[in-house]
Amino acid sequence: MSVHVEPVWLYVLVFLCLMVLTATTVGVAFVDLGSFNTLVALTIAVIKMLLVVTFFMHVRHSTALTKVFIAAGFLWLLLLIAFTLTDVGTRQIPQQPEGWGSATTVVPPPK
Amino acid sequence: MTDASAAHSSQHPPYLAHHFTDIEQQNESGTLGMWLFLLTEIMFFGGLFAMYAVYRLKFFEAFREGSHRLNVAFGALNTAVLIGSSLTMALAVRAAQLSRRKAIIFFIILTMILGIAFIGIKLNYEWSADYREGLVPWMSFHVESPNAPGVRLFFCFYFFMTGLHALHMVIGLGIMCVLLRMAAKGRFDEGYFAPVEVTGLYWHFVDIVWIFLFPLLYLIGGRY
Repeated sequence: MSVHVEPVWLYVLVFLCLMVLTATTVGVAFVDLGSFNTLVALTIAVIKMLLVVTFFMHVRHSTALTKVFIAAGFLWLLLLIAFTLTDVGTRQIPQQPEGWGSATTVVPPPK
Repeated sequence: MTDASAAHSSQHPPYLAHHFTDIEQQNESGTLGMWLFLLTEIMFFGGLFAMYAVYRLKFFEAFREGSHRLNVAFGALNTAVLIGSSLTMALAVRAAQLSRRKAIIFFIILTMILGIAFIGIKLNYEWSADYREGLVPWMSFHVESPNAPGVRLFFCFYFFMTGLHALHMVIGLGIMCVLLRMAAKGRFDEGYFAPVEVTGLYWHFVDIVWIFLFPLLYLIGGRY
């Protein structure tokens, strides 16, 4: 693998895309989309990240080993956030309905 | 110097370390090592992002209230400044790949100016205004709101995350001072530019952290 010198226009194009996406994320924030505002903001942030990683950080010319490392990093980050939220989101489990499990495991309701 | 070592050193350039077969292997190892470091950084910031997600879900109204006290215009301006500095950094790496010494120095200085502009805007127009408005926990916190404890928590996250990000930028600026010195001595050419390349990776990583911090801190729940 030799050194890949990217043309200047490619870097400028990526920069312009990032600027347009920044303007979009600010613009969308002033439109009421309910809970979708967060989803749109994060989707745009992920697209911006992929642009920076692919072009500015030269990952498209990186070795397969480097790509595996990066993928592993993001997988672990995803696990960290997903399992944390799974835990916090399920702390209050609704009471078991009657007739589920044996009598010894069902906690009697407080009187 | 013995004849054997003289013959050996003539076989490869001085910047190629002994334990690498060729310069490509050395460059690939350096890039991989830098990515490994950046993975530890991802997990470092990742812990903060995970805790942020937990408390944002738990105290959403308070976080929205805190977020709406931040200045979106300066946040967006700083995003543009930082993305611009990523462009100039990428061009500095490109200049190094082409052995253009003056261009390396020019683009590194431009990157540093944009980096200093980012920190300047943050200090001068944002953090100092937050202090005057009574939004800094433990220093000047006066928020009249039923959600005040949650707003205080939001500003703890805000100052810790933006502060840690700014610290990374200061470290990056320090590394660039070293790069400038090396570039001025003519240490970089198309054969050897690994320090510029890995500094670029670090700088782009810091940019990516801000790309996520901006919507997560400034744009909670929309600004309509």
